[in-house]
Amino acid sequence: MTEKRIRVLVAKPGLDGHDRGAKVVARALRDAGMEVIYTGLRQTPEMIAEAALQEDVDVVGLSILSGAHMTLIPRIVRLLEDNGQDDVLVVVGGIIPNEDIPALKKMGVKGLFGPGTTTTRIIEFVREEAGKRGWMA
Amino acid sequence: MISSTLVDGTLAGERRAVARLISLIENDGEEARDALSALYPHTGRAHIIGVTGAPGTGKSTLVNRLALEYRARGVAVGIIAVDPTSPFSGGAILGDRIRMRDLSGDPGIFIRSMASRGRLGGLARTTGDVVRVLDAAGFETVIVETVGAGQAEVEIASTAYTTLVIDMPGLGDDIQAIKCGLMEIADILVVNKADRDGADNTVACLQMMLDLNANASHPAGYHSTDPPAASGSVTSGRHWRPPIIKTIATQGEGTAELLNAIEEHREFLHQTGLFENRERARARSEFMNVLRHDLVERLLTPAHTARIGATVDAIAARNTDPYTASETLVRDILGARRGET
Repeated sequence: MTEKRIRVLVAKPGLDGHDRGAKVVARALRDAGMEVIYTGLRQTPEMIAEAALQEDVDVVGLSILSGAHMTLIPRIVRLLEDNGQDDVLVVVGGIIPNEDIPALKKMGVKGLFGPGTTTTRIIEFVREEAGKRGWMA
Repeated sequence: MISSTLVDGTLAGERRAVARLISLIENDGEEARDALSALYPHTGRAHIIGVTGAPGTGKSTLVNRLALEYRARGVAVGIIAVDPTSPFSGGAILGDRIRMRDLSGDPGIFIRSMASRGRLGGLARTTGDVVRVLDAAGFETVIVETVGAGQAEVEIASTAYTTLVIDMPGLGDDIQAIKCGLMEIADILVVNKADRDGADNTVACLQMMLDLNANASHPAGYHSTDPPAASGSVTSGRHWRPPIIKTIATQGEGTAELLNAIEEHREFLHQTGLFENRERARARSEFMNVLRHDLVERLLTPAHTARIGATVDAIAARNTDPYTASETLVRDILGARRGET
C-alpha cells in the first residue's frame, strides 16, 4: 500500500509583503489533494532551499511581485542543485516581464504563471509534470 | 538498494538522506520497513517531547523558542510538526514552519512537516517512525508538535516521554480543566500568551485540577502504566505533579523555565525507573499498531477488499449491521486461510 502525495513548497522570496496570491495557490493545491508546505513571507534563497531539502518536496512554487526575480530565482535554482535536488519542479508565479521568461526557462524554471492564470491551469501543469516524472498524484 | 544507502546516510547525519528516508516511510513502501529495522538498534537516545494543545494556543511559536533555547545549550533538535489532512481532498496545508523561521540556517536543527493523512489521534500513522529516523540521525532532542488538539487527541502521550499541554487564557473555565483527555496527559502544563487578561485565572483553574488529582485515589494526570502516586500535593518520591509554566512565546518569556522543567521531568523519569515503564508502553503500542496493520494487510485478499463496497452499502441501507458483517467477513477470511494450509 503506497500513499505517495505530491509535496509542494510554496514560498515568497524577497521583500514584498503581498502573499494573497501565494495563499490562494496553496489552498488550490491543497484542494487538489497535494501536501503544501507554506513558509510565509520574506524568505531568503537559503531558507527556501533548506526547507525544500528537509521537506523533500517534489515542487517548489515561488511567488514574486517585487521585480527581484532575476536575482533571487537563479540563486534558489543553484542552491537546489547544490543540495542534489535538481529533479525538483520549479514554478514561478507573480509579476514576471515577458522578456525575462526565456532566461528563467533556460535556468530550469518549468512553469511561469502570470496574472490571470487560473488555479485549474496550475494544478493541471503540476499533474502533467508529475505524470512525466513518474510521481503518483 | 535505495534504502540501505539512505540508512547509511541517515546514520551519518546526512540531511538529504534523512529527508528522503522520511518520505519513503510516509509513503509506506516495503523498503521503508527494512530501513526502519536497520535503524532501530541506533534509536532510543533522543529525549522525545510532545507539544499539544488547542489550535491557536501558540504551539509552533513555543516550539521555535524551545528549539532556540536547546540550541543555546548546545543540543541538536529535530522537530516534527503535524497538521491535519483534508478529509475531502486528501491534501493539506502544512504551515508550522512559518513560526519557525528563526531556526533557519542551523545545521543542528531539522524540521519536517507531516500531514496527518487520515489519522485521528493528533499524529500521522508514521510519526513514531519519523521520530526514530531523527533519533538515529543524532538529534538529541526530538520535539513532536501535534495537530491543533481538541479534547481527545491523546496519542502523543504514547509517543513522547515528556508531554507539554499548551493552554491559554480565555479557552474555558474550571469545568474544562477537570474533563478527561488532553489535560490528563500533561507532564507539564503551559499557559501561553500569559500577558493576556485572565492568565492568573487560567493558572488557578489548572492548580485546582492538579489539587484534585493529588487527592484522588488514582494518579490522574498520569499514564496508566505509571504506578499509583504517593499522597500529597507536591512532587515527591515517585509522584510527579505537573508544573504550570507561564510563557509569552512571541517574546521568549518563560522558555528557559520551561526547558528546565522538561529536563527535571526527564531526570525524574530516569531516577524513578518510570522511564522504562513509558518506554515499554511505547514499545507495546508501537508493536500492536504494526501487528494490526500487518494482519489486516496480509489477510485481506483482493477478493475480500472487493466485497467491502457492497458490504458498506448493505450496512448503510440497514440490511445488515457492522458487527454481523465483520464477523461474516472474518469467518470467510479465516476459513479460506485454513483451506490453503
